[in-house]
Amino acid sequence: MQDRVMEKAAALLESGVCTRVLGWKTGEFFYDVTPAVFTSAEEVRTQMVYNPFCGPNLSKYLIAESRKEGKIAVFLKPCDTFSFVQLQKEHRIARDKVYAVGVQCDGMIDMDSLKALGLRGVTAAREVGDNLIVSTLYGEKTVPRREALSLRCRVCKSKRLNDCDEIIGEQGGDLPSDRFAQVEALEAMTPEERFAFWRSELSKCIRCNACRNVCPACSCEKCVFDNPGSGVRNKAAADSFEENLFHIIRAFHVAGRCTDCGECSRVCPQGIPLHLLNRKLIKDMNQLYGPYQAGADFDSKPPMLAFTPEDPEASIITNGRDGQ
Amino acid sequence: MSILRDPLIPMVALVTDIRTDTPDVKTFRVVGLDGKKPMEHIPGQCAMLSMPGVGEALFSITSSPTNADYLEFSIKKCGCVTNWLHAIEPGQQVTLRGPYGNGFPVDTDFVGKDLLFIAGGIGLAPLRSVINYVRHHRGRYGSVDIVYGARSKEDLVDYDEILQQWCREDGVTVHLTIDNPQPDWDGHVGFVPNYVKELAFDTGKTVVMCGPPVMIKFTLAGLEELGFRRDQVYTTFELKMKCALGKCGRCNIGDKYVCKDGPVFRLDQMAQLPDEY
Amino acid sequence: MKTWKLSELDSLFAAIAAAQKLYIPADAAGQPAFTLWTPGLSMTKALNTGRSAKDLFFPQVENLVNFKVSGRRIQVEPGREEVEDFVIFGVRACDCRSFDILDSVFLSDPVDTFYADRRSHATVMTLACSEPEETCFCTSLGIDPQAPAGDVSCWAMEDTLYLEANTEKGQALLSSLPQLGQGEKPQTDASVFHRLPLKDLDFSVFGEKPLMDWFNSPVWDSLSQSCLGCGSCTFVCPTCQCYDVEDFDGGATIRRFRCWDSCMYSDFTMMAHGTNRPTQKERFRQRFMHKLVYHPNNHAGQIGCVGCGRCLQKCPISMNIVKVAKALKEGKA
Repeated sequence: MQDRVMEKAAALLESGVCTRVLGWKTGEFFYDVTPAVFTSAEEVRTQMVYNPFCGPNLSKYLIAESRKEGKIAVFLKPCDTFSFVQLQKEHRIARDKVYAVGVQCDGMIDMDSLKALGLRGVTAAREVGDNLIVSTLYGEKTVPRREALSLRCRVCKSKRLNDCDEIIGEQGGDLPSDRFAQVEALEAMTPEERFAFWRSELSKCIRCNACRNVCPACSCEKCVFDNPGSGVRNKAAADSFEENLFHIIRAFHVAGRCTDCGECSRVCPQGIPLHLLNRKLIKDMNQLYGPYQAGADFDSKPPMLAFTPEDPEASIITNGRDGQ
Repeated sequence: MSILRDPLIPMVALVTDIRTDTPDVKTFRVVGLDGKKPMEHIPGQCAMLSMPGVGEALFSITSSPTNADYLEFSIKKCGCVTNWLHAIEPGQQVTLRGPYGNGFPVDTDFVGKDLLFIAGGIGLAPLRSVINYVRHHRGRYGSVDIVYGARSKEDLVDYDEILQQWCREDGVTVHLTIDNPQPDWDGHVGFVPNYVKELAFDTGKTVVMCGPPVMIKFTLAGLEELGFRRDQVYTTFELKMKCALGKCGRCNIGDKYVCKDGPVFRLDQMAQLPDEY
Repeated sequence: MKTWKLSELDSLFAAIAAAQKLYIPADAAGQPAFTLWTPGLSMTKALNTGRSAKDLFFPQVENLVNFKVSGRRIQVEPGREEVEDFVIFGVRACDCRSFDILDSVFLSDPVDTFYADRRSHATVMTLACSEPEETCFCTSLGIDPQAPAGDVSCWAMEDTLYLEANTEKGQALLSSLPQLGQGEKPQTDASVFHRLPLKDLDFSVFGEKPLMDWFNSPVWDSLSQSCLGCGSCTFVCPTCQCYDVEDFDGGATIRRFRCWDSCMYSDFTMMAHGTNRPTQKERFRQRFMHKLVYHPNNHAGQIGCVGCGRCLQKCPISMNIVKVAKALKEGKA
């Protein structure tokens, strides 16, 4: 796949289909790839990389990149294309300035998963069949590839590449996913248990804003939490109330627009499973307003923006649930 | 260790008088709660003023150290803290800490020199302290020229003091200018950088300059055309600050902290530093 | 050298905690962090904590002073927390070096008494490394991970913890633990450190050229290109010490607190009339220039990095000081 992606990138630049390519750049190691813009086939051949560690979702960069001069080609994984479509629905990306190349995806691997398997000092990894052979400072180990998959890829919702000008590999389809299993487990807890769970997770937050800044649904030019005039700006959570509410408010703010790309949890330096807040809202919306997947198409109306007289009232639901 | 002793913890001070200088500049007179001058300072140094709940900000001390009774701050209304200050009345308490920064070398490099002060708009504020210090110790310095410009006559800070005191003093020459002609103005009209070039000062003078970055830039170019060297030119900077102690990490220009290594810099020092100001 | 059985670490912690608060690196909701020891809490298996040990001297949020305002009157009231003696166990050599760097900022005149207070009340027990991660590069910064500094240095080897006091404070702590045994520490094996992929980074180069050469390097554009402008590198960094001072108006009392801040944030230098670092490139450049050039210029060549590798592990887009330092040295990114 690496060769096909790079050949394609170089060809697109050489043929003039685009003037820039948005992809990933090699790092110090095999896994620490950085999103980058390439402007020549030469750059692509010497610096570009495509491997199972190319996790970062490039869609959000297109907000800025598609406002620049010339056309940019971008390589998108299936889940990235949901963000790509959703951002277009929100009129954030100039589609005519983008040449989208979808890349078939077998699931991305990440270092957090490898470390969770007890591996330390990882210096190289190669895929052999269904396994990953990992070299470390302390010797070689073989682990099943599926156990090295990033958490979000283990519950992949779709291999479908949306709105691409071209596809490398094969087009895929929606998958049966048990991505709501963890949400259900949380729902099954008592309120006290659930509160304790979220307190222990959210109290780890260091307010670095990585979740917000990486989130394709968080595309405000200036976030309300950065705006001194908003009255709610805060740089540090001064108390546990703020600690809790920042993430909960953010989850509500992106409700109906969140495609469940999982970037928030991927980037969190403190390992907070932020995606569970979003998934809970997705699950509730599915139940209340019918199944909806943000970024799956251009025509559907987002549930939070489409009122119908038949919409259930939240208070009625609550009362019903409490059996009153 | 006293639980209140830290450089970040301010004292309470009292605003005793507020003078309206221009439509957006007021001068605040501040004393300690004992009614005395709260601190000694060097011309060009700054202090942190704050109102709890509103915020804290750094301001030049505009009164001269030779004033034994109070500190003065000339403050332009432009942000959160300054908007609050412009709305208060005498009798209001504020918090105060300082003084901060290096100040101008009034007792060393400036001694015996002919001085040329160049200011634009609110840029006169930090220079007023130096000018009045120099006037007080008149014998220590050579001639004094002051070029001061503002958008209009109404925007000239300390206009009364300039007319009543500075203009009438021997050995002090004041050159005022405003950006556009207006009916009650018979003085010079034009921007400061051009006026400085027109005045073609003797290149032996030591220059003390403060104003908006664009004025500094073009005035410096003009001075260099006249034959001034950068090591003859002093200026004072202001950047975002939180601690004023060289620790919070945001007012640096390259490896120099404006709060601690500045705010006064000689322009030849700036040549080795990034133009991030 | 003093000794303790590793299998009975819990009773060592109990003996220390009997006299003063003890913090150890333990897993909290899956994330290793320095945590107040209580009976039953055990050490993390991770090499190092997610957040660095600086938290214990320079917490993310800290109250400075309180005010009471009535009409035009302001009353200043104590707002700082009284600090008691405490012990930190398990600080790695890199984090221990970071205290020197923080000291050079906070303990230089005028002394930051909040930081100084915590430093003077702390006894630092370091723990030698034997199994580094591939992201470790402290040896490139002249740190010996097998001979960490601190008030007491510790080595966990086979079934024994070896302890050696380096300071009076460390001596006093060990003297207060009469149950300690005596033993000879075996030779440490350094071979794995010679195999570290980042062992040969060259940081001396930044002192060899004028500041402006680095500032004007062509590499900043591409290095900063995909930076998200978040603060994760800053907040996990053991040497980042920039802070903000803010007021929290709680009605009856107004609290003035300080909190960590990041030069990567767009509002870091925002003033009423704008900012002097308008794009992410300037903010990104500031962070790395500070560590590699500005801080060393002001502190006798001391690089503002300890090679702990946290930014390598945590940056959402895998941009970090190693990539920056290499690109600057080579003049291309």
